[in-house]
Amino acid sequence: MAGLLGIERLERPEIEEILDRAKDFQPVQNESFKRLDLLRGRMVVNLFFEASTRTRTSFEIAAKRLGADAISITASGSSVSKGESLVDTLNTLAAMRPDAIIMRHSASGAPHFLARYLPTPIVNAGDGTHEHPTQALLDARTILDRRPTLEGLRVTIIGDIAHSRVARSNLYLLSKFGARVVLCGPASLLPSELSQLAPGIELTTDMRQAIRGSDVIMMLRVQLERQHESAFPASEYFRFYGLRLEHIGLAKPDVIVMHPGPINRGREISSEVADSQRSVILNQVENGIAVRMAVLERVLTRTCRNS
Amino acid sequence: MSKLLIKNGRVLDPASGLDAVLQIAMEDGKFTAIGEMLDLPGAEVFDASGMIVAPGFIDMHVHLREPGFEYAETIESGAKAAAAGGFTTICCMPNTLPVNDNPTVTSYIIERANRHAVVNVLPIGAITKGSAGEELAAIGSMVQAGIVAISDDGRPVMNARVMRRAMETAKSFGIPVIDHCEDLHLSSGGDMHEGVQSVRFGLRGIPSASEDVMVARDILLAELTGARFHVAHISARHSVEMVAFAKSRGLSVTCETTPHHFALTDVDVLEYDSNYKMKPPLRSAHDIDAVLRGLTNGTIDAIATDHAPHAGSEKMQEFEKCPFGIIGLETALGLTLEKLVHSGRITVGSMVELFTTGPASVLQLQAGRIAVGRPADLTIFDTDREWTYDVNRSCSKSRNSPFDGHVFRGGPVATVVGGKIVWQV
Repeated sequence: MAGLLGIERLERPEIEEILDRAKDFQPVQNESFKRLDLLRGRMVVNLFFEASTRTRTSFEIAAKRLGADAISITASGSSVSKGESLVDTLNTLAAMRPDAIIMRHSASGAPHFLARYLPTPIVNAGDGTHEHPTQALLDARTILDRRPTLEGLRVTIIGDIAHSRVARSNLYLLSKFGARVVLCGPASLLPSELSQLAPGIELTTDMRQAIRGSDVIMMLRVQLERQHESAFPASEYFRFYGLRLEHIGLAKPDVIVMHPGPINRGREISSEVADSQRSVILNQVENGIAVRMAVLERVLTRTCRNS
Repeated sequence: MSKLLIKNGRVLDPASGLDAVLQIAMEDGKFTAIGEMLDLPGAEVFDASGMIVAPGFIDMHVHLREPGFEYAETIESGAKAAAAGGFTTICCMPNTLPVNDNPTVTSYIIERANRHAVVNVLPIGAITKGSAGEELAAIGSMVQAGIVAISDDGRPVMNARVMRRAMETAKSFGIPVIDHCEDLHLSSGGDMHEGVQSVRFGLRGIPSASEDVMVARDILLAELTGARFHVAHISARHSVEMVAFAKSRGLSVTCETTPHHFALTDVDVLEYDSNYKMKPPLRSAHDIDAVLRGLTNGTIDAIATDHAPHAGSEKMQEFEKCPFGIIGLETALGLTLEKLVHSGRITVGSMVELFTTGPASVLQLQAGRIAVGRPADLTIFDTDREWTYDVNRSCSKSRNSPFDGHVFRGGPVATVVGGKIVWQV
């Protein structure tokens, strides 16, 4: 693993190592002195071509807690707005010798394309509608904080699956560990080919059926910015695909409710559910830092060993 | 007075049914004699022993990018690439800048070709002004200036009424309408074939139905108007079936496919490699099967390359930002030999038809046959020599090919245009 582009190609032991290491880093978050010096003198560049608050901040904090220097660049303030191509921008940054580039981009495959030309390891912080590997890792960490194993769990992901990189990364990860993944959303946002991406995937457009017996419910944000047309009547989205208290009773009694954020209250999730005891949304955010510390440590120490 | 004698080759001319080892003599650009024992004093002699000598291949679908995009290709460089691929006649699509929608641009292209192109260049005019899909272009005047067909390739006419009028007009001027069949609403935003692979890559899909619905519409309009209608780069299963149906009804409906559409499927698309991005996209295995069937049973009339050069910088971008299209002139024969002939699907004679009499009859050209008195255009190729395609040595100005490094068995050896060898390996 030179960088981290996606979950699809990762082997189960690699994922387990990251999740275990993340567990080591969890207590750091509660210390008054939060800084470890594992990556002192190393530098990462956070390159975000797409708006992001939590992921960018989370990576930045993760790098700093490991003692690395972190620089954040957003597209609006960069040379991209001056017409420079993506390859040129990345080559320019790479020439400044960062140890890794953490990148978010609205185009699916942008980091994969760059990885072919750049020597610097790239960590994918979300590419278009393709993958968001650290989100799936932090989701798995969050589930495993509450369950002994992922195997056999029924994990239901609800929302705009077609345009969701969170759904793709999660279904790859969960499937590798033997979870049953139920994907649910409006038919126009639920391409039938999804069931062929990994073993153990079930598709349904019926939310109640999807939730019945679930151990985990992951709600996805309605991604208005990724829909080029209205694939489902917005006015009735919440009625058919919004998670409300009445749904919770259909799931296992100890079901946990997750959401990658930012949440749209009243659009895909009701406030009552978002703020309920079942919700682990803020734990996900917290785990984001520990998981990203584990990923950065892995990526940066690998490079060190190779060079 | 130039003389050329091609000796000892297996002369394969589907139009006349000729298939024998013969000598071919050419003088002043024309065939002067074809026979077993010929002598032509003072002639340049080319020994084609062990090779096949066929009528000059016709590629009825290329993009030469001139005028307007000379950084990606010129008439000169595109024609060189054509010669290196064994083509002696190429038809260039009108999506230049300005668009070839009037006789001035048509004449400019012909003038440039006369001066700089080593092969015959036949322009295709636009259907509508600026290929905007609204107002008909100066079709009759362009026919007089030398276009052989009309097409708004790449920007298909979405308005069925405009298409109807275009067909009526084309019919009256004796040329076919070529349509890049794509319902732009259905394919909107798509980057590759809609299937498992597009879902896996998180790329927006282009469903086969976006091709099918337009093929259906155009066949119905061809019946309504009696026009000659030709489907460009057919790639989808139902489209092939509908063309076969139209032919069975006696309509003047024809189609072409490209080597990449029968050589590769959507599963072959390398992760976010824009050298696999083209329209129509590389389709599913089901679609490819139908295209292969169409090639063997005569539904598909011609193989064309849709040679679409793009400068390196245009293809070195995020996949969704890259323009559609790949170059194809130099790899067409090699791919066709590999996928159709060596695989035993068709004979080498049938392959020659797909490159000669097939397109010639779609466009009603005089080219595509070896006969005394005709322009002396020949494609000399072999079927067994191993060679490796090195895109960096391409005659094209562009490098966007998924076949770089591909090892071929058989390919062009020499190309004769107007009685002169314009390229040899």
